[in-house]
Amino acid sequence: MLSKRIIPCLDVRDGRTTKGIKFRNNVDVGDPVAMARFYYEAGADELVFYDITASSDRREIMIEVVRRVAAEIFIPFSVGGGIRNLNDMRAVLLAGAEKVSVNTAAIENSQLISEGARAFGRQCIVLGMDVKKVGVSEAIPSGYEMVIHGGRTPTGLDALGWAREGERLGAGEICLNSIDADGTQAGYELALTRMISQAVSIPVIASGGAGAPEHLYAVLTQGRADAALIASMVHYENYTIQEIKQYLQKRGIPVRLAW
Amino acid sequence: MVIIDYQAGNLTSVVNSFQALGVEGRVTQDAAAVAAADRVVFPGVGAAGKAMAILRELGLDRALQESFRKGTPILGICLGAQIILEYSEENETPCLGLLPGRTRALPGQPGLKIPHMGWNRVRFLKPHPVFQGLPEDAEYYFVHSYYPEPAEKAMVLGVTEYALPFPSVLGWRSLVATQFHPEKSGRFGLKILENFLAWDGADAE
Repeated sequence: MLSKRIIPCLDVRDGRTTKGIKFRNNVDVGDPVAMARFYYEAGADELVFYDITASSDRREIMIEVVRRVAAEIFIPFSVGGGIRNLNDMRAVLLAGAEKVSVNTAAIENSQLISEGARAFGRQCIVLGMDVKKVGVSEAIPSGYEMVIHGGRTPTGLDALGWAREGERLGAGEICLNSIDADGTQAGYELALTRMISQAVSIPVIASGGAGAPEHLYAVLTQGRADAALIASMVHYENYTIQEIKQYLQKRGIPVRLAW
Repeated sequence: MVIIDYQAGNLTSVVNSFQALGVEGRVTQDAAAVAAADRVVFPGVGAAGKAMAILRELGLDRALQESFRKGTPILGICLGAQIILEYSEENETPCLGLLPGRTRALPGQPGLKIPHMGWNRVRFLKPHPVFQGLPEDAEYYFVHSYYPEPAEKAMVLGVTEYALPFPSVLGWRSLVATQFHPEKSGRFGLKILENFLAWDGADAE
């Protein structure tokens, strides 16, 4: 039986992890390579890195981070943030990432998805979606709209339609982030996750709102998600990945417990 | 040891994994180097049709057949576990034919995501030197929409459940192959690669 994946997410700026992550275990919390190693050994099923480096001339720093992470951990990881074109994708994948995530650039140029899928394979291309609840309208029939720039800029694009379009264009997976739930630690957006997951045949990673193991349980059952992204709840050591997985297993969710 | 590069996906993690085990694999497209190698890793991600076209163009099809005939230890991974059979339903492609059998599409089912992506178990049907020392509850990382089905049951070393029980580990003479990615399957995946490096290619039986 396929296990549900638990995926820690790390934000990286100028080659350093952000969010003031605090750790007791002698881990250099600012070093993405040390953090990746830590989560790999702690039982993460996969990792997600978001490069939030502002200036594009510093991208080479991230590529070096990817190269060093790939030499240290032997589970899949994806890299997103600032991926504008096929060359950006190629650089990240050749450095050793398993997947590359596109978000804003895919909205501006949807061919990026199909070109990426053709060049590197569908399984490499993750469609990152930042979604905001706006209410049902003629333009936004699902009631959920795609947003960019951290949720500040609406795009007029319906999230459900965009998910289907992304799958059609060749995305191998969707990472679905609710801007409303993000940072609240009050639980994932279940209705949104369920709607999108049922509408596509590719796997959906739920993101935004994880604060407690029961939130993961809810999104992996009611929300029909295939995987759950977590950040603060493990970065601040409120929970370990093992505790989360043991909780899920007790409630009947298949998870990977041997690593 | 050579790692065959036939433009089917990214070899970085395969190379990195062997490096972590202290072995520098030679990444090559050269048929003569493959035929002469003492050990062959045949990875790959992508579509069967394009992969076979490139293998033929580079003469790597014959090199692999030659390696197999000589008893060179060969490890197929993912697409490399599928196109070793005679035929693939994907692009309806005649394949290498190292083993008899066909590669089939995972059947679609309502609510079941294709590709089969993520961690899953393998139920081993018999012991083999390359797959020793692995706990029963170990899981391995899969990404695929097709699966290999050898004509002979004896060639199936392990089975995984997704939509149906499908052959996920094959082994016959000096060839072993995994539908999952050992290079992305954590400690237990590395154990398989380490076992492969120590294996002389002799069949378990």
